[in-house]
Amino acid sequence: MLEQIASVLEHWGISKALEQLEFLLDPATLPFAIWETLYAPLLAAVFAYLIGLPLGIILVTGEEGGIRPLPRALMQVLNTVINLLRSVPFLILMVLVFPLSRLILGTAVGTTATIVPLTVAAAPYVARLVEASLREMDRGVIEAAQAMGCSAWQIITKVLLPECRPSLINGATNAAITILGYGAMAGAIGGGGLGSMSIMRGYGRNQILVLYVAVIILVILVQIIQSIGTALCVKTDKRINHSKEKRRKSS
Amino acid sequence: MSQPMIEVRGLSKQFGSGENSVHALEDINLTIQAGEIFGIIGLSGAGKSTLVRCMNLLERPTAGTILVDGQDLTKLSDKQLRQARKSIGMIFQHFNLLMQRNCLDNITFPLELVGTPRKQAVARARELLQIVDLADKEKAYPAQLSGGQKQRIAIARTLATNPKVLLCDEATSALDPKTTRDILRLIRDINQRLGITVVVITHDMKVIEEICGRVAILNHGHVAESGAVEDIFSNPKTEAGRRLVYPDGVPFELLPKSRVVRVAFNGGTAYQPLIASLAIDCGVKANILGADTRNIDGRAFGTMLLGLPEDEAEAAKALAYITSQKNITVEEVPDYHA
Repeated sequence: MLEQIASVLEHWGISKALEQLEFLLDPATLPFAIWETLYAPLLAAVFAYLIGLPLGIILVTGEEGGIRPLPRALMQVLNTVINLLRSVPFLILMVLVFPLSRLILGTAVGTTATIVPLTVAAAPYVARLVEASLREMDRGVIEAAQAMGCSAWQIITKVLLPECRPSLINGATNAAITILGYGAMAGAIGGGGLGSMSIMRGYGRNQILVLYVAVIILVILVQIIQSIGTALCVKTDKRINHSKEKRRKSS
Repeated sequence: MSQPMIEVRGLSKQFGSGENSVHALEDINLTIQAGEIFGIIGLSGAGKSTLVRCMNLLERPTAGTILVDGQDLTKLSDKQLRQARKSIGMIFQHFNLLMQRNCLDNITFPLELVGTPRKQAVARARELLQIVDLADKEKAYPAQLSGGQKQRIAIARTLATNPKVLLCDEATSALDPKTTRDILRLIRDINQRLGITVVVITHDMKVIEEICGRVAILNHGHVAESGAVEDIFSNPKTEAGRRLVYPDGVPFELLPKSRVVRVAFNGGTAYQPLIASLAIDCGVKANILGADTRNIDGRAFGTMLLGLPEDEAEAAKALAYITSQKNITVEEVPDYHA
C-alpha cells in the first residue's frame, strides 16, 4: 500500500518518496515535532507577557499627561531600548543572545534554548501591542474613574486592563502567532520542531513531501490559534450586542 | 439658603505657557449654597467645562482656591484628594460607563474602590437602580442601553457613595429633548429627596430654566453675570446674558437696524394679548420678529422680539404702552450690525 503510493509520488517527480512517507508516518515524528513547535514559543509567550505587559502599561501610564507620569528621561530610555530590540532581525538577535541562553539554561542549542531568544525578541513586541491596546481606552472613562477617587493602581487593575480586555486578547493572539513564526525560524539554527524539520529535511535533504507536510501543519496551527483568539475576544467583549444571537438560538 | 457648599475664590486657569498660553478662566468667584441647583451657562469655549472640572480638581487651577464643604481642595495631598472626590459625584456628556461591566457592576464600582463588602454593595446598587427606574436592567451591559438609560446608570453610579455634590458636565447634551427632560427631572428629584447640591454645566438655556434656581453666565473665561434665573431672564444686564434669553433661532444679523425691543412676560401672563391690544388701544402695528415661551419653576415666562414702526412718535407711544403693562419688562435691543 505504502509502496504503491510512493511509486505514484515518484512517478510525479518526488524523489525518495518511500523514505519520506515512512519518516512522516512514524508515530514519533509528527506529534513530537508539533509538541516542540508549540512548547518553546508558548513558554516564551508567557515570559514575554510577564515582561511586556508591565512595560506596555508603563508606556501608557508613565507618559506626560498619563495617569502616573514618570520622569521623561526614564520613558525615553525605555522607548529606545524597546525600539532597538525590535529593530534587530530575529535570526541575528538569536545569535547575539546565545551567551545569555548559555548563562540561563547552560546551552544555546536545542528547542529549550530557543525560549531565551524568543522571549527577548517577543517582550518588546508585546510591550508595543499592549501599549496600542491601552491607547484605545476612552479617556473620559478614566476621567470618570479619577473623579470617583480611583488611585493610579486601581485605574490600571480595575479600569484599564478589564476595559481593554478584548483588544489585549487580540494582541496576545497576534503575539502567539508571531512567536510561533520566530520559533520555526529558530529551527534554522539549532531549534527543533516543524521549522527545523522543514529546513533540515525539506530544504537541506530536498525532501519535498516533508517540507509540505510541515508547512501545512504550521498553517493549521496558526489557524487554530487565531480562531481561539478571535472567539475569546468576541465572547468576552460586552460592547458587542449578544442579544440578537441569543434570540436566534432560542427561536 | 443655608451655608455655602462650594466656594470658588479668585480662580484662574491657564493652559500652556508663554506666547501660546490660553487663559481659560480668569478670576472666577462663585458661591454655591448647600442644597441648591446652580447652573453655569456659556457658549462652547467659554470655559465652563474647565470650571466644573476645577471643582473636583480633575483640572488643577493656576491660581485661586476651591472650597468644597469647607475643605480647600487645592491644599490636599493626592490621597486626601481621592478621599474628598468620593463625596463629589460627577456625570458626563458621554456617560463614561465601564463598557465591560454590566449595570449592576458599574454601580458597585465606586463601592468596590472603598472596600464595601460585595453583598452590601449589591444591595445598595439594587436600591439605586430602583431610584433611577432601571431595576430590570441589572444584568444588561451599557452597549445594550439607550443614551438616557446610560445616563441614569451613570447617575446611580455616582450616587452610590452618597456624595454631597453632583457635578453635571453637559450631562444632557447628547440626549434628545424628551430624554433631556426626563433626566433633568430625575436630577431635580434627587436634589429634593437627598438634598444633594447640584452644579449643572450647559450651553442650553432650556436646561437652566428647567431645573436651576440660580445661574452664572460664563463668557470668555469670566463670569458675565450671575443671579436668580428669573431675574436674569426678565432683566439681563449684559450682552452675554441678553443673547442667551433671546428667543431661539432669531438671526441677529437679519434684525432691523433700530427700533427693536425685547418684551419679557414675567410669570403667568405669557398669554395676555399684548400685540392685539397694542393694535386696538394705540393703533400701532408691531412686527413680531421672534417669540418664545419658557417654563421657569412652573411659571410661564415669555419673550418676544418686536419691530416697532419707523415713525418716531408711534414707536414712542407703543413703547410707553408696553412699559405701562403689568408684569412686563421691555428693553431696547442694541444694533448688532456693527
